[in-house]
Amino acid sequence: MSFFKKLKEKITKQTDAVTEKFKDGLTKTRDSFSGRVNDLVARYRKVDEDFFEELEEILIQADVGFETVMELIEELKMEVKRQNIQDPAEVQGVISEKLVEIYQGGEDETSRLNIQAEGLTVLLFVGVNGVGKTTTIGKLAHKFKVEGKKVVLAAGDTFRAGAIEQLEVWGERVGVDVIKQGAGSDPAAVMFDAVQAAKSRNADILICDTAGRLQNKVNLMKELEKVKRVIEREVPNAPHEVLLVLDATTGQNALIQAKTFKEATNVSGIVLTKLDGTAKGGIVLAIRNELGIPVKFVGLGEKMDDLQEFDAEQYVYGLFADLVEKEEIE
Amino acid sequence: MAFEGLADRLQSTMQKIRGKGKVSEADVKEMMREVRLALLEADVNFKVVKEFVKKVSERAVGQEVLKSLTPGQQVIKVVKEELTNLMGGEESKIAVSNRPPTVIMMVGLQGAGKTTTTGKLANLLRKKYNRTPLLVAADIYRPAAIKQLETLGKQLDMPVFSLGDQVSPVEIAKQAIAKAKEDHHDYVLIDTAGRLHVDEALMGELKEIKELANPNEIFLVVDAMTGQDAVNVAASFNEQLGLTGVVLTKLDGDTRGGAALSIRSVTNTPIKFIGLGEKLDALESFHPERMASRILGMGDVLTLIEKAQENVDEEKAREMEKKMRTASFTLDDFLEQLGQVRNMGPLDELLKMMPGANKIKGLNNMQIDEKQITHVEAIIQSMTKEEKIHPEIITAGRRKRIAKGSGTSVPEVNRLLKQFEDMKKMMKQMTGMQQKGKKKGKKKGGFNLPFNPFQ
Repeated sequence: MSFFKKLKEKITKQTDAVTEKFKDGLTKTRDSFSGRVNDLVARYRKVDEDFFEELEEILIQADVGFETVMELIEELKMEVKRQNIQDPAEVQGVISEKLVEIYQGGEDETSRLNIQAEGLTVLLFVGVNGVGKTTTIGKLAHKFKVEGKKVVLAAGDTFRAGAIEQLEVWGERVGVDVIKQGAGSDPAAVMFDAVQAAKSRNADILICDTAGRLQNKVNLMKELEKVKRVIEREVPNAPHEVLLVLDATTGQNALIQAKTFKEATNVSGIVLTKLDGTAKGGIVLAIRNELGIPVKFVGLGEKMDDLQEFDAEQYVYGLFADLVEKEEIE
Repeated sequence: MAFEGLADRLQSTMQKIRGKGKVSEADVKEMMREVRLALLEADVNFKVVKEFVKKVSERAVGQEVLKSLTPGQQVIKVVKEELTNLMGGEESKIAVSNRPPTVIMMVGLQGAGKTTTTGKLANLLRKKYNRTPLLVAADIYRPAAIKQLETLGKQLDMPVFSLGDQVSPVEIAKQAIAKAKEDHHDYVLIDTAGRLHVDEALMGELKEIKELANPNEIFLVVDAMTGQDAVNVAASFNEQLGLTGVVLTKLDGDTRGGAALSIRSVTNTPIKFIGLGEKLDALESFHPERMASRILGMGDVLTLIEKAQENVDEEKAREMEKKMRTASFTLDDFLEQLGQVRNMGPLDELLKMMPGANKIKGLNNMQIDEKQITHVEAIIQSMTKEEKIHPEIITAGRRKRIAKGSGTSVPEVNRLLKQFEDMKKMMKQMTGMQQKGKKKGKKKGGFNLPFNPFQ
């Protein structure tokens, strides 16, 4: 009860516009998710095995990682036993609390990027094919540009047909330089060039695109390690962020993606894209829980400014908005 | 990470049951829970899972499993059969219009792989059916999408129709079909922009294209890694456009691909092709029973066998087998065998197809070093003819020379020679066993690698 109020109060202090965007983007997500929780609570008179089984399904449907769901359910069962809860309505509060706990993780966690006050900041983007790396880079470049920073983009996807051109179009659109070589050239060499160019042009931020690769392709993952090594060698402490782009529609495989990319490139944050569809992106919960990688941005549409900093509370608020409102009426 | 297949899951349940003599209904229920978990873990939609488990339970309780001596095996068998049934038969046929050109529309979410698949499909149409497709770049929204298709067209040496990104996709489709008629193309492949199924404006555009182009096929391209949302996407596209087929992409990844089952069951349209890589020939027909194995985490023996059949010359294999039996197997033969295995594709992919391979500890994370095989090849190639036939004559001096010639080290040469000798010994033992047990010979033709590539 008081928990939701606290959450709501915290949220309302923040700019309404951003919250609205989150709510809009998550409308479909929220409708089905909390709607189902409500429905579940209403239908069951007793907290029993069947109740938990169905709850399990609801969480699974949101693509929350499998292990995480199992853990969560175990914890809930314990909690229910401990507090001797009989009424499903009482469980509802516990469910939300547990979810938020996982989402928020460490208290002082922020989604802020590690941007250097002085000198060049290098951001490296990685991920499987078709998740929206290049689009996200375009949006992020726009964001930095608006903030008055000098941005350079590195066209590190030398493999996919049209990838370099795609980044170039974004470069023109946003008004930033794109460093490129021909299709098929060594991405590590492109990075080397890009770092030199960014340095000599006194850029604040270098954003590096890479080709999409499935995490089980050992050679391609090795190539990515090499790309990272080149950046490390040329700029001390770089890359300052390695961002893994995840498609919100991806299921359990996203967890393996996060794990493998983390091993290869020490991923520091996640960008969750395509959250404006009906997909729930619940897998970030599992990734947070099992690998500790925070979500830094979410993609909520195709427009240039549709990239939002991830805010755990807002995300949860989006998921549970009608729960919050319902409690207030009571 | 605990991505275990159904077989592993059932094993623990089976251990509890073992020794009971009889399997009760409660036991079946417990097994069904494992089936359910295995499917959910594979990203099959939970509603689909529910239906499915109900069906399998009925069959299981209805004697088949209860009376079986090996209920675990029986459950797996029933599950696999039902899965295969559910995914329908093999239907990789592509419609042919009796008034050419045949029009195919490619639709789907962003990043599913439509453009790449369009290129692959064009390649298949030409290669397998001897057709002359016209590719149509109707994705005017994503930057450089047109360029991407044009590049693929260049790689394939096929014409791509484009009007730039300022003309509406409907108009592009219209003019493309006229152009195809004029130039006598028998197929028109329209690559549309990725869009969300809930985007009314863009879905409306697809409907317009459909009305105008009157396509013979509308293929939904879906990422195999898609989770629970696959049902919403597929159902929605199907409702709005009336799909005729589905292409599942990125199956060369390590996803279980449960989305295949979900999509099939909500749309009731056949999965026609699967994408297995970034190269333009990496498009294959969909095989339900293989997909079932994959979803259940049971390996893919059929594909493995097929690959072996495609790449291993049977006559050579027989000859090799004879050599093994008579212990006249030389390093030259070994080199040849190695080449055949390599022809079948990357070793780690082959291994993944082997049932039970995921059970071997560490195999999942193991990185197979293809370079080591190259080293072995180089070592053997640096030997003289005489040395290859009689490796026992290779003295320390010769070893040094071989190491130098192959760019490896003496210990590496030593290791190979030792392993080759061990292998020969093993063959002798095997032939000994075979002679005692008669027959059985055929099975052992296989690929005993006399070195461990997994170090």
